[in-house]
Amino acid sequence: MLDLTYDAPKPKIIAGAKHDWELVIGMEVHAQVSSKAKLFSGASTAFGAEPNSNVAFVDAAMPGMLPVINEFCVEQAVRTGLGLKAEINLTSAFDRKNYFYPDLPQGYQISQLYQPIVGEGEVLVELGEGVARKVRIERIHIEQDAGKSIHDMDPHMSFVDLNRTGVALMEIVSRPDIRSPEEAAAYIAKLRQILRYLGTCDGNMQNGNLRADVNVSICLPGAYEKYQETQDFSHLGTRCEIKNMNSMRFIQQAIEVEAKRQIAIVEAGGSVDQETRLYDPDKGETRSMRSKEEAHDYRYFPDPDLLPLEIEQAWVDEIGASLPELPDEKKARFIKDFGLTDYDASVLTAEVESAAYFEAVAEGRDGKMAANWVINELFGRLKKEDHDITQSPVSPAQLGGIIDLIAKGDISGKIAKDVFEIVYSEGGDPADIVEKKGMKQVTDTGAIEAAVDEVIAANPAQVEKAKQNPKLAGWFVGQVMKATGGKANPKAVNEIVSAKLGL
Amino acid sequence: MSIDTDTAARVAKLARIRVEEEQLPALAQEFSNILDFIEQLNEVDVEGVEPMVSVTPMRLKRREDGVTDGGMQEKILSNAPDAREGFFAVPKVVE
Repeated sequence: MLDLTYDAPKPKIIAGAKHDWELVIGMEVHAQVSSKAKLFSGASTAFGAEPNSNVAFVDAAMPGMLPVINEFCVEQAVRTGLGLKAEINLTSAFDRKNYFYPDLPQGYQISQLYQPIVGEGEVLVELGEGVARKVRIERIHIEQDAGKSIHDMDPHMSFVDLNRTGVALMEIVSRPDIRSPEEAAAYIAKLRQILRYLGTCDGNMQNGNLRADVNVSICLPGAYEKYQETQDFSHLGTRCEIKNMNSMRFIQQAIEVEAKRQIAIVEAGGSVDQETRLYDPDKGETRSMRSKEEAHDYRYFPDPDLLPLEIEQAWVDEIGASLPELPDEKKARFIKDFGLTDYDASVLTAEVESAAYFEAVAEGRDGKMAANWVINELFGRLKKEDHDITQSPVSPAQLGGIIDLIAKGDISGKIAKDVFEIVYSEGGDPADIVEKKGMKQVTDTGAIEAAVDEVIAANPAQVEKAKQNPKLAGWFVGQVMKATGGKANPKAVNEIVSAKLGL
Repeated sequence: MSIDTDTAARVAKLARIRVEEEQLPALAQEFSNILDFIEQLNEVDVEGVEPMVSVTPMRLKRREDGVTDGGMQEKILSNAPDAREGFFAVPKVVE
């Protein structure tokens, strides 16, 4: 159980010419289900294939073709719902959303308007130590993705690729609980993290596998609290929807410029029109997608090709029993069991692979030390080469071996970094490397004493100075470390130098 | 409920069906008749009756998650009025 308590972050205030304004943001996140085949056909979902090669007759909307649902996609939606602590609706149904666009051959998208498969849930969005926003999820429904239109291959024609047509999406709809651009980005990052832990979506934003429509409105300070009390939207301003964003940076920029645009309109005595807008990152502005307005009459109706989707509670329970430990729980456990700081625990649990790697290293060892090595040495080194943890040439057993050598006193922390570098670039067993290359720390006081005697004998002038100024003992320690190739135990050297110099 | 010719024209446009001006009054009348019939059905008391979605007790058919289809670019494009380099080519549509 989580026994952490959080404070809600302060909403972002934007100063207008006349008043201060606050932001209210809600998001619709489209997450592509990580399935092999599409939602209603057996065509592949693989990215980057030859155009129109991953298309079945169902996807191309050939007459007489009927959709048959992919059970795996349903399972992933349920799994996602359970991961967001949401209610699962045992009966849901599919509706047709009608509009015409070249990349939608059916002339409608199959979606779930009236009875979505997942109901209300929540996501805890952390914004620093002890500060978090609880964002309520309104619903998750399953729907088909559209194809892709390419506009820059010919001056007069658009080219259409239906490979993505019919791929399963989960649309995750939040309540307007997000209050700043930073929170919006953190919300997406948290959702992405949970989806990746669950394995229901790969979260690849660059390929468009995770993208968001962002609803933005402005209100005067105090109005939002009235909305939260009453859930009455009339306390909030008119919202605009910024479509299809797949970059966290652009999402933040778009919210900022859209809020400023709305403030300028309202302060000039005008009113904001509810509409769909597009963010243009080159110009740094949002503009109206007027063509979408007319088509907004989607004339939803139940899809007569599909019976209601009935699932059994026992199946839902089975899926629930197979859920992995989720980020919040994992982080809390890392803090409690390994004594990690909040920050370190966040870094290590960001990706499920990193968390697993750390646990393998920390098993039976000092947790804090393991965290330091994984974060500072390994992550730092991987980052230099733009690699992620799955590409690490150092296994948890190897890194653990290095830590064991330090713990046993065989090598110093400084030498350990050299060993790490050798293991990273050449591989091998750390203990063997230390043995073969003679990197073991010298703790034998006899050998250290001999080295100290040599340095003292060779530098009588320095010895005289050191007797006047005890700080110069450090110089002797340095010389001895140099003479022993850095392998002498620094603590032993210090003690012996002091004793021999009579300090 | 009665549908005027403007509404009939809008519905036709949304459905991308071309209807000549002089045919609109007849179309509007047809729509009104259909809606009147639905109004009549609305008089039946169905309080507490579950909506019937199928005449036989059937469960929505499911499919396993396997790639069993696709790989036929040529067939998919064979009915297209214009296709280039594996794509459907359509008059330019830009947001």
